[in-house]
Amino acid sequence: MSEQNLSWLDEARALIGHEYGKVYAWDAVNQPMVRQWCEAMGVDNALYLDGVSAKARFGANVAPPTMLQVWVLAGLNGRFPEGSATDNPYEVLQIIERNGYPSVVAVNSEQSYRRYLKEGEKIAFTSQIESVSEEKTTGLGTGFFVTQLLNFYDEADALVGQMRFRLFKFRAPERARPADKPRRPLPGISDENRFFWDGLKDRKLKIQRCTACNTLRHPPGPACPDCHSLASDSVEVSGRGRIYSYSVVHHPTLPGVPQPNPVGLIELTEGVRVVAGLVDVDPAHIEIGREVEVDYLECADELVIPVFRPVGGA
Amino acid sequence: MSAQGISFESIQVGEALPALEIPVSVELIVSGAIATRDFFPGHHDPEAARKLGSRHIFMNILTSNGLVERYVGGWAGPEALIGEVKIRLGAPNYPGDIMTMTGEVSAKDEAARALTVQLRGSNSMGEHVSGQVTLLFAEGAMA
Repeated sequence: MSEQNLSWLDEARALIGHEYGKVYAWDAVNQPMVRQWCEAMGVDNALYLDGVSAKARFGANVAPPTMLQVWVLAGLNGRFPEGSATDNPYEVLQIIERNGYPSVVAVNSEQSYRRYLKEGEKIAFTSQIESVSEEKTTGLGTGFFVTQLLNFYDEADALVGQMRFRLFKFRAPERARPADKPRRPLPGISDENRFFWDGLKDRKLKIQRCTACNTLRHPPGPACPDCHSLASDSVEVSGRGRIYSYSVVHHPTLPGVPQPNPVGLIELTEGVRVVAGLVDVDPAHIEIGREVEVDYLECADELVIPVFRPVGGA
Repeated sequence: MSAQGISFESIQVGEALPALEIPVSVELIVSGAIATRDFFPGHHDPEAARKLGSRHIFMNILTSNGLVERYVGGWAGPEALIGEVKIRLGAPNYPGDIMTMTGEVSAKDEAARALTVQLRGSNSMGEHVSGQVTLLFAEGAMA
């Protein structure tokens, strides 16, 4: 990490421990919101719903503890009630974002409760950034784990619960932009032909093989055309072959597909024939019998399709 | 076993909770988001979700929290109070998937009359949620 990077990270870390808030709840804990929450979640706990159990135990109706943060969210308009602090608890994330880490994903939520909230109480919360990690690389990309601590208080300023919320603020690894890749119609993928399309993603051309008589067949299908066995597996083939026949498609034109579009029927050295696009050929001078080899065309939507090019150039 | 839920005395460490399959629907995601006052467009607007790189609307965290409470609280019954819900978030919950909740009792504190349950909720893409819930059975707990 360069000196320059350190200065903004120091700026971010200087905010650790600064308390933001207080921010108040719009509504007191109330039975309609509790009941609606229970309906949505499928919670049928009598403690929240029968109007009797909680009164016997706590002297009042109570809210489900996992609703803790629900009471203090801004809601549709993104505003908090009058009297709430207007400082910005996400300064740290903005600093990290400005320095090249635009994406964010929530990683952990840890709530602990001091007591159950009762009907009629109005809570408030403060927050602080507890930690900003070293730069880390995960499966998602490279960035920083940021841990926020929220403290929830009742009207007497007593702590009623806490929530630790950890985010990963990151940038995804550099990849070719999807816009750079041609968009092709997506194939219908079934259990029968999935091996073929998955193989292409690994830059492997795989062909279905009858495990009863070892005959290769393509396109994939349920039964061997030779011995009618339903048992099959797949094998990786050489990807070399010859143009057995071809066609040059002029119409219809499709976005992402070359126009005109040369399509070959390739007889692989293993004997089975495959239909695929031809690349690096002059559509006006395609030669039957020409030796070709497979290449893998990466398309949008993570689709990879096989194409064939002449061996040794056009 | 009480009429509904478990009795603290009868529970042993290692005991498994019955699995619970929760079908993830548009209805569950949207009603969960609104019931938790989370109006972020990715939780109700498929177009907005797609622009964020998701294939459909995805469940919000407070709904995942609520479903964890439903799973563990539904098993334990109304006598058990919840002291902590600590979860780790993973694969998103998209409509059409099924989240299967499983769990087991990992600790029992006789003095505090507390149980710790480890749980996970897995969908077709992996673990949506995993973590632990602390249940309290003591007289006067959480009051």
